[in-house]
Amino acid sequence: MREKEPFFWFTLACGAFIAAYILLPLIELITSPSIPDLWESIRDKDVAGSILLSIYTAGSAAIISFIFGTPLAYFLARHDFRGKRFLEAVIDLPIVIPHPVVGIALLGIAGRNHWIGRIISELGIRVLGSVTGIIAVLTFVGLPFYIHSAKSGFESVSPRLEKVSRSLGASMSSTFFHITFPLAWRNMLVGIIMCSARAISEFGAVIVVAYHPMTAPVLIYERFEGYGLKYSQPVAVWLVLVCLFLFFILRILTLRKAGES
Amino acid sequence: MISIKNLNIDFLNFRLNNIRLEVGKNEFFMLMGPTGAGKTVLLEAIAGLIPVNAGDILIQGENVTRLPSEKRGVGIVYQDQSLFPHLNVLENITYGLKFHSLSKEDGNRRLHKLADILNLGDLLSRLPVNLSGGEKQRVALARALIVRPHILLLDEPLSALDPGFREEVRNALKNLHRNSETTFLMVTHDFGEALALADRGAVIQQGAIDQVGTIHDIFHRPASVAVAEFVGMKNLFEARFQNSAASIRGHQVLLNRPADSHHRHVAIRPEDVNISRDAFSSNRGNTSPGIVSAVVSHGFTYEIDVKAGDLIFKALVTRKSLVESGLREGVDVFISFEPASVHTF
Repeated sequence: MREKEPFFWFTLACGAFIAAYILLPLIELITSPSIPDLWESIRDKDVAGSILLSIYTAGSAAIISFIFGTPLAYFLARHDFRGKRFLEAVIDLPIVIPHPVVGIALLGIAGRNHWIGRIISELGIRVLGSVTGIIAVLTFVGLPFYIHSAKSGFESVSPRLEKVSRSLGASMSSTFFHITFPLAWRNMLVGIIMCSARAISEFGAVIVVAYHPMTAPVLIYERFEGYGLKYSQPVAVWLVLVCLFLFFILRILTLRKAGES
Repeated sequence: MISIKNLNIDFLNFRLNNIRLEVGKNEFFMLMGPTGAGKTVLLEAIAGLIPVNAGDILIQGENVTRLPSEKRGVGIVYQDQSLFPHLNVLENITYGLKFHSLSKEDGNRRLHKLADILNLGDLLSRLPVNLSGGEKQRVALARALIVRPHILLLDEPLSALDPGFREEVRNALKNLHRNSETTFLMVTHDFGEALALADRGAVIQQGAIDQVGTIHDIFHRPASVAVAEFVGMKNLFEARFQNSAASIRGHQVLLNRPADSHHRHVAIRPEDVNISRDAFSSNRGNTSPGIVSAVVSHGFTYEIDVKAGDLIFKALVTRKSLVESGLREGVDVFISFEPASVHTF
């Protein structure tokens, strides 16, 4: 057998280092608390409540992204127009803006000093320190992930399939539901999961808009600040388990899609 | 049946200029032209799949220019078949029925008739991924025809197929056209397909229609230099005319009729030029001595360039006659062509 060159061993060493760098802290985190500690932690109403709130708000952000992002993703996948690149850049902005700034920016227009804020207030909607505020910032940070994935799904469906469907008597909406959606749903689901995963781990934007009610990342921060590492770890493990669950579904979906293609 | 009036389209990088075209009911009409000429754009405009800038499209006398695609009664079959990959053959074929008010019995009757004509009976439960190119194209044809469109648009349906499947689908097309009342409008690059399937056609180049007529006329009587070049009129010369004779740089060519006063060109198909090592008798019409200047293989046929004076005439011969006549570069030969083979425009 031919001897491996030094470059091969170098790349292998880099790979092993990075894998260890990612996995070791996570393994340490997950294995540190004992099972009784974890059990006791989840029976704590604050912990269970914060995790459920995180799931609820992240899920809501994903559903809102799905409802409003799907038509936009389809439009971007099917049309070329002046300003398209600009619009795509605008959609990507939430990825690059520091997240506490997102919170501050949203509060800027949702506060009483802004006309939009006054309208929202008159409608009886409270943003600061509310679940509504949390969902608003999570939608802001998660939306680009959904739109990218859904757009890529729509782009993978040949426009000719839709043209043939129209020529056979199907309207645009019938064509979307009979042809485009069945062929792009996996990308849309991947987008929903990525949006949820991104939203569930959000801390910076949420803490500006709503310290209370506490989402899981805010509770972990509070316990770490107030009581130290050991006290915050069980909550962190529960949040990591939720994230890993989403991650595995994502991997299954993407691997199956890769296998099919 | 299809009446296109002064159609103008400017869509993405394609432009169609002042297209005027009439296609009769149940006609098999061929649209020919080079890549990028705008053939597919014209088909998609008729189907209502791309926007029209100006002009009108009438189908069965009804102006459909502003009608959505699904209300035009126009089916389309693409080169890549575009079968719905998540539906099996049966579901693909019957897809359009759910958008038409048709009883289940009538739908089944149509399905079985098409499955019989196109020999699809054994394929109905298969997914498109498990079909051959020819099978996919037959399914695409059945899917388009089951809703009985007024017009079936065929966008190079044979060009992506292997030669065996091409024959199979070409026969299916003939058969379907005979058995339906649908008007077929097909785009092709292939002159053989045009001659085998259609009676009339049009040549479209650079977004404009250059010539409309019978396929025979388009191939033997092109109306412009561009069409003559496109249809393979390789002996194409500028000429001056006097009565029933043409003068090409001093070379006299006999015609079988006087040329029109505005004609400026002479064209002769290479397959109409005969070539021999021995002199032809003078009653063969146009004869001339020459020297073979090039022999180019086209697979089953050979294109022979013969230098006669200042002119180079091109003739097509089979491999058999090439070998039997001992035709090769530098050999002295004689060419001849009938006055009736000389087209002027």
